[in-house]
Amino acid sequence: MMHLKETELCLGLPGGGGCEAETLKVTGKRGFSETVDLMLNLQANDQSSSSTDLMNDKKLQNSSKNNKDVIKPPAKAQVVGWPPVRNHRKNLMAQKSHNEETEKVVAPTSTGGSGAAAFVKVSMDGAPYLRKVDLKVYESYQQLSDALAKMFSSFTMGDYGSQGMIDFMNESKLMDLLNSSEYVPSYEDKDGDWMLVGDVPWQMFVDSCKRLRIMKGSDAIGLAPRAMEKCKSRC
Amino acid sequence: MSEDDGGCGGAGKSRNSGEYFTPYPDQVLENVLENVLVFLKSRRDRNAVSLVCKSWYRAEAYTRSDLFIGNCYAVAPRRVTDRFKRVRSVSVKGKPRFADFSLLPPDWGAHFRPWVSAMATAYRALEKIYLKRMSITDDDLAVIAHSFPNFKELVLVCCEDFGTSGLAVVVSECRSLRVLELIEDDVSDDEVDWISCFPPEGTTNLESLSFDCVESPINFEALERLVARSPLLKKLRLNRHVSIGQLQRLIFRSPQLTHLGTGSFAPLEIAGQQQVDNREPDYGSAFAACRSIVCLSGFREISPEHLPAIFPVSANLTSLNLSYANIDADQLRPVIRHCHKLQVFWALDSICDEGLQMVADSCKDLRELRIFPIDGSENIEGPVSEVGLLAISIGCRKLQSVLYFCQQMTNAAVIAMSKNCPDLVVFRLCIIDRYRPDHVTGEPMDEGFGAIVKNCKKLTRLAVSGLLTDRAFSYIGQYGKLVRTLSVAFNGESDIGLKYILEGCTNLQKLEIRDSPFGDSALWSGLHHFYNMRFVWMSSCRVTRQGCTNVARQLPRLVVEVFRGDGVEGGERGDFMDTLYMYRSLDGPRTDAPQFVKIL
Repeated sequence: MMHLKETELCLGLPGGGGCEAETLKVTGKRGFSETVDLMLNLQANDQSSSSTDLMNDKKLQNSSKNNKDVIKPPAKAQVVGWPPVRNHRKNLMAQKSHNEETEKVVAPTSTGGSGAAAFVKVSMDGAPYLRKVDLKVYESYQQLSDALAKMFSSFTMGDYGSQGMIDFMNESKLMDLLNSSEYVPSYEDKDGDWMLVGDVPWQMFVDSCKRLRIMKGSDAIGLAPRAMEKCKSRC
Repeated sequence: MSEDDGGCGGAGKSRNSGEYFTPYPDQVLENVLENVLVFLKSRRDRNAVSLVCKSWYRAEAYTRSDLFIGNCYAVAPRRVTDRFKRVRSVSVKGKPRFADFSLLPPDWGAHFRPWVSAMATAYRALEKIYLKRMSITDDDLAVIAHSFPNFKELVLVCCEDFGTSGLAVVVSECRSLRVLELIEDDVSDDEVDWISCFPPEGTTNLESLSFDCVESPINFEALERLVARSPLLKKLRLNRHVSIGQLQRLIFRSPQLTHLGTGSFAPLEIAGQQQVDNREPDYGSAFAACRSIVCLSGFREISPEHLPAIFPVSANLTSLNLSYANIDADQLRPVIRHCHKLQVFWALDSICDEGLQMVADSCKDLRELRIFPIDGSENIEGPVSEVGLLAISIGCRKLQSVLYFCQQMTNAAVIAMSKNCPDLVVFRLCIIDRYRPDHVTGEPMDEGFGAIVKNCKKLTRLAVSGLLTDRAFSYIGQYGKLVRTLSVAFNGESDIGLKYILEGCTNLQKLEIRDSPFGDSALWSGLHHFYNMRFVWMSSCRVTRQGCTNVARQLPRLVVEVFRGDGVEGGERGDFMDTLYMYRSLDGPRTDAPQFVKIL
């Protein structure tokens, strides 16, 4: 018998534990807890620097508990022919998701409910795959920033200052950030404008953000003046 | 055989005129038999007939018109043409299925050339050719076009090494061509306008034309003219270079279509500008004119807002393939809720569990479901899960075939499916995140797959995934008595797992295993059965050269090929053979093996 509960990564809210019976409900709507990306469970991530390590830990746990000769999987990037999808189909899908321009917030409930989740797509320049995050899971920019860092482990975010918001009032600091080769997150708001993340209070951001894009600081320069203006008009 | 009547001249019979001169009783019987056997189509029955006695063997050989070669290397073309003289239709399968996933180096083999050469002289009356995973060249296509005056049907599935120039030869010279179906082939773009090469005047005999895998642009005007003079055309599957506007024009011309592959299902972009919205035609009216459409596919570059155009036909659909359409549940809903007659549904996991629930609610007659992943990486948020699978099992009780890609699964959902859908014949579950246990209980997925083999008594094809122990394989060996095809990948605990399979699955024909810890002793335990199988594939397992050699020595009629998946000569990777591919053959090892393949 395998007892993997201890090592299992639970797809729950921080502080929650549940991965239980709700998964079997036949409502067609996935329980909120299931749809959160594995990597965003902040409480479990303290010991590990990335989810890849966790995964390998899990597999090593499996193999040691099995006490048999389980072949350790090679690093994911090297697995040829997995998943078993015909090359023809794989090529087309890779092409498509890269070109995809339609942006939608995919909410798990569309027929009412408490509107519990706020899913947005996250893309990073240069990364081949889109991710999705639920903004309602986080309580501050810092938490979001940590989560994104784990998701796209090669990118480091700029300095958010003590408030967790970009200090838009300090132009020179802002320009430093934008001139660097570090990545900054930008988002598309309700009006369809692309803004720098951090220009408004957190809750306002969650309500108005439709989509996230992580881009190089130097590419984001064009966003700054507008961001500053909007910020000034709100203050 | 037909010349070998064994009768003396005067007492013999003339097959052509039907006159008899005091025939021998044997020949009367043979005559009668032949007339009866003409009606026997099933090849398994025919094989049984041919074993009764020599007379029956001859009669059966004389009357077999449909030939099926499951492994092109199991028998030499000459042996086939010597035995069967009056063949009208030939099906040949070549490469093992894992070739689709880049596990077989290019130039491995499966050449159609020797077959077409043999048939060009032996089967002048040949009408149909069906090939799967074969290498067929433009020259081979030319031989087909020149050798068979009555040629009617060409179906190529997952084939390669030919191009549009070969197609041009076929369509221009095969005057009786009824069916040309190109399915998931790799067709090179020779920049030949092959569509224009159909005979220019008069009506055609075309009943089915599928070229959705052809990546090169098509001469639309020529296609339109062709369709306009093909009154018998029932199946038309376009490639992604046909826009939705062009599609509309085509279907106006052929309202008798029953099977349609829609092409891009997106508007044409003219010089980078989008079509102005308020001038967009009503695509729905075209579909409304096609009352006979029962099968829809394509949607290669779908603009989701155009999907409603298919409403007029959705109630009649028995088959809907949206597996190239990145649409979500909201976009699916208005279409699927009318599809009460749907039996076959293919889609991307973008429809999510929510979309699957809609299918479960509306498609009570569903027989086949395939859900493909948009994103093949592991350890990401998966849009479909056990929730969707469970919903389907509850709503679609008549399900016979499932292919389901997901990131996570539970035993409970799989067990539920095994009980709700007892008619399952094909169950292929791919948990993309390898070695993943039941994500709720943390248990291996043994019980789920065990329930499938136990409860689905008609199961003939199974693909397993997730974390599995030896127990899962003991279940399969114990209950999977009808299983003919088994796929194992990144599974298993020890040799005993494979032993259970080889000893228990008495009907096993095709076994494909990759990256699993099965070794020499497990392989050895299948000795009694390998001659009954079409092939065994084991890659990145734990079989050694010695182990493979031992098998080869024990079974002289088994061709044991070893090679490396990357085409490097030698065969070994570390201590173990990289890839083992073995199959029975009546004519010994093949002579066309490339350098990197070693036959033990």
